Amino acid sequence: MVRNPVRTLFAALLATLLGAAPAFGADKVKIGFITTLSGPAGGIGKDMKQSVELAVEHLGGKMAGLPIEVIFGDDQRKPDVGVQLARQMIKRDKVDFVSGIIWSNIMLAVAPVVTGEGVIMVGTNAGPHQLAGEMCNKRFFTTSWQNDSTPEAMGKHLQDLGLNDVYLIAPNYAAGKDMLTGFKRYFKGRIAAEVYTKLGQQDYQAELSQLRAKNPKAVFVFLPGGMGIQFLKQYSQAGLRGQIPLYSVYTVDELSLPAVRHAALGQFETRYWSPDLDVPANKKFVSAYKKKYGTLPSFYGAQSYDGIMLINSAVVAVKGNLKDQKGMIAAMEKANYPSTRGKYSYNVNHFPIQNYYLLKAVTGPDGPAGIPVMQIQETVFKNHKDSYYKKCKMK
Amino acid sequence: MNATLVVEQVLNGLQFGVMLFLMAAGLTLVFGIMNLVNLAHGSMYMVGAYLAVAATQWTGSYIAGIALALLGTLAVGVITEVVALRSLYERDHLDQVLATFGLILIFNELIAIVWGRAALFSDIPQALSGHIELFTNLRYPVYRLAIIVVGLLVALLLWYVVSRTRLGMLIRAGASNRTMVSALGVNIRLLYTAVFGFGAALAGLAGLMAGPIYAVQPGMGELILIQVFVVIVIGGIGSIRGALAGAVIVGMVDTMGRAFLKPLLGVLISPTAAESAGPALASMLIYLLMAVVLALRPEGLFPARGH
Amino acid sequence: MVLLVVGLALLALVPAGAAYFDQPFYVDLLRRVMIFAIAALSLNLILGYGGMVSFGHAAYLGIGGYSVAILAYYGVHNGFLQLAVAIGASALVALLIGAISIRTSGIYFIMITLAFTQMLYFLGISLEEFGGDDGMALAARSDFAGLIDLGDSTAFYYVVFVVMVVFLYLIHRIVNSRFGMVIRASKSNEARTRAIGYSPYPYRLVAFVIAGAMCGVAGFLLVNHTAYLTPDFMHWTRSGEIMFMVILGGIGTAVGPVLGAFVLLLLEDIISGMAGFVGQHWQLFIGIFLVLVVLFAKRGLAGLLPGARRDG
Repeated sequence: MVRNPVRTLFAALLATLLGAAPAFGADKVKIGFITTLSGPAGGIGKDMKQSVELAVEHLGGKMAGLPIEVIFGDDQRKPDVGVQLARQMIKRDKVDFVSGIIWSNIMLAVAPVVTGEGVIMVGTNAGPHQLAGEMCNKRFFTTSWQNDSTPEAMGKHLQDLGLNDVYLIAPNYAAGKDMLTGFKRYFKGRIAAEVYTKLGQQDYQAELSQLRAKNPKAVFVFLPGGMGIQFLKQYSQAGLRGQIPLYSVYTVDELSLPAVRHAALGQFETRYWSPDLDVPANKKFVSAYKKKYGTLPSFYGAQSYDGIMLINSAVVAVKGNLKDQKGMIAAMEKANYPSTRGKYSYNVNHFPIQNYYLLKAVTGPDGPAGIPVMQIQETVFKNHKDSYYKKCKMK
Repeated sequence: MNATLVVEQVLNGLQFGVMLFLMAAGLTLVFGIMNLVNLAHGSMYMVGAYLAVAATQWTGSYIAGIALALLGTLAVGVITEVVALRSLYERDHLDQVLATFGLILIFNELIAIVWGRAALFSDIPQALSGHIELFTNLRYPVYRLAIIVVGLLVALLLWYVVSRTRLGMLIRAGASNRTMVSALGVNIRLLYTAVFGFGAALAGLAGLMAGPIYAVQPGMGELILIQVFVVIVIGGIGSIRGALAGAVIVGMVDTMGRAFLKPLLGVLISPTAAESAGPALASMLIYLLMAVVLALRPEGLFPARGH
Repeated sequence: MVLLVVGLALLALVPAGAAYFDQPFYVDLLRRVMIFAIAALSLNLILGYGGMVSFGHAAYLGIGGYSVAILAYYGVHNGFLQLAVAIGASALVALLIGAISIRTSGIYFIMITLAFTQMLYFLGISLEEFGGDDGMALAARSDFAGLIDLGDSTAFYYVVFVVMVVFLYLIHRIVNSRFGMVIRASKSNEARTRAIGYSPYPYRLVAFVIAGAMCGVAGFLLVNHTAYLTPDFMHWTRSGEIMFMVILGGIGTAVGPVLGAFVLLLLEDIISGMAGFVGQHWQLFIGIFLVLVVLFAKRGLAGLLPGARRDG
């Protein structure tokens, strides 16, 4: 094709003006990675971004001989910005895959846009039930989990322990309610109370006073991010740590442990992955991450690393022919790559069928005053399927 | 619902109120005297918390850490006032809102550049950890009692300064009639800088006390900022007395709402309806309170006289 | 005036240009920018001309959005009906909020409008049926009986463009009417307005309601644009952003809000996409920009344009 020089000039001008990269042919693999990089949740996004960069490094910067280009986008934790980024990546940057996304609400907004444009989406965190059920799509995969599965594992564990009078706390929003629903799906014992707190709440002293007055046998909480840090510190400061056992999901992780430290010691979490999981790919990932960035990766990072590896397995399977979307989807369905969680398979809804473990925060290498580490105690679920896949009519 | 629990929740409400008061005092003075809407006041709270963590680590002493953090926040406040805010006093509120919002972004990013985006570890000093038994069945964390005591002492000090000293007289005069104060030959610029720095240090004090309880992370100031605005608006802008009353009212209403609204609604309407309405209403409660107060008294509960 | 016409003409040509250069994304980007420009225009009516600093204008983005999404949720896709409900509901909410708020002034007005929007935000979060905090996908875009297809990117672009131009004209007419003079007079001197025989309260309330209804239209467009609704539409920082667009562009100027929306959103888009330090800490640079604009461009960006003058 002979380019009209005037047209080329204008295109270049337009591209420069609006900060666009000129689009060239499909001689590389382009991945758009959307996450939250600014604001208080920026720490999660940073962990994901670093893990993606590590994955690209481990692949030697190439997939099936094609150079990899990852375009990062900051969704600012706003669904409409996420949608805008996805459209920008697809229409302007002509990406071959979109990946990432921390929050369920952003995922629910972005995933249909991406799959609707005919592009493959690999989610690396949020797993809202709609996408596992009625909104499932052949172009949508996730390397994480369905939101309910993790609390289901904790419900199962407490059920196995035969506990009664469990006190439940979650923020008053959709994910909070889903978490408690998931927990109650497997926990059939008596529930002392079910408390919903304000989203983004800082002070839990009032709730802790109520809790103490009820004197439950155990407490189960879902308080992600800063909320979890605040709750754990205050739980410990209120002298409840050691008195009433605390179980949680998505509340204690490698990002919050450095801020909470001893106030998290003895904490139980359920999760599909842990830094000490004894799998070759995981050992490689964790040690390389620690060496490069100086801290332990979190599960957000592990999933994102897996996301790039899953995409790689698809690109390799079609020998770099990115036009062969059918072939790539078929390859991804096999989950044939060295995952940090070990071997797993994909369910009909493209959500993993995988193990869930009970983790405990124990004293780390720096002693009781240092940062605790998560340690696997036992396997709660083997090859667990999520609770929504039957609603999925895959198109 | 037993009496001990109610007493404990009253203490919780008071502690939250005191924290709000430390923030509100500076904000209301700056507004009352310089007529400046300062959205970046929450940033001073954040700076205080970060400096305390850093200084405690550096010196190895909690007391030295507090002292350095207070001085540091004072300095940051003074620099901010001199560099950016001084020229905004005569501008309308809109420009002030825009510029101080810009400052919020700048402070959050600077903190993220220096300390990263992940939350920092901040712990209660050994001497203040643990509990005391106030009376049978009521064990209360020492640290939270200490916050209440510090907050009340600061309130007392402020009352003394404002009503019994020459500086206080100038502040009161400044709040009601600015031109007169400058006509008296007072170096008004210096007074403004001092008041701003002092307000920043108070916010820093709130921040450094909040550090061990809450999460020390970029953006922590904005979580409390809106509530502080609610406090000063309810209390009446420019009035320290109003700020104290507003803070205690908001602290109590918010705490009591979270603790007792759901069971209370459960009695009035069906328990299932209360299950979903309770938490939603509890989150809205302080804004509802503010709307009601302003609808009845458009200048707040204790308006500073004259303008 | 010439600049305005040239600017609008350029905007009208965007879809053709984007198609020519095979960059359809810019149609989407500019459509979103224009939707926020509409919201900013509506705020400018009360903020710029009426001196009512509403820190809760995002409420109407939310009301407009919820009107469409809730109707669509129950299978009502008729765009005319949805638009009417969006306008009606926004106007009604604005009437309630305005009736109480306008009795206050200054910082109290700023805070009470914020308080009402916070209440609506938390209400949105607790509406479980409509997704709570997660929000919900728009079941289908508004259907205008085959007249216009909002699913068509270019057609939707021109709808937004026309709405923006019509609103520019409407606001110009309102501001220069007798009604508008009372509003403007009440901004500069409430006592004088009373003295010449007008009680400003009903006039200000009507202006407040008109602005709310106009922003409701922006909400209607925004939810059709993102095809997704969350309570985040009503977050207080969103109200702040709309306000900044107005101030940035130049308050009380006809094109200021449009200019502000374009500069702020495009700047955000460009520097947040940059690599390295700037991209990582892009909010630092937005912050510095905001402070500099306030300190050195006292009348906003519109004040920097050649031949700039206050409208009316």
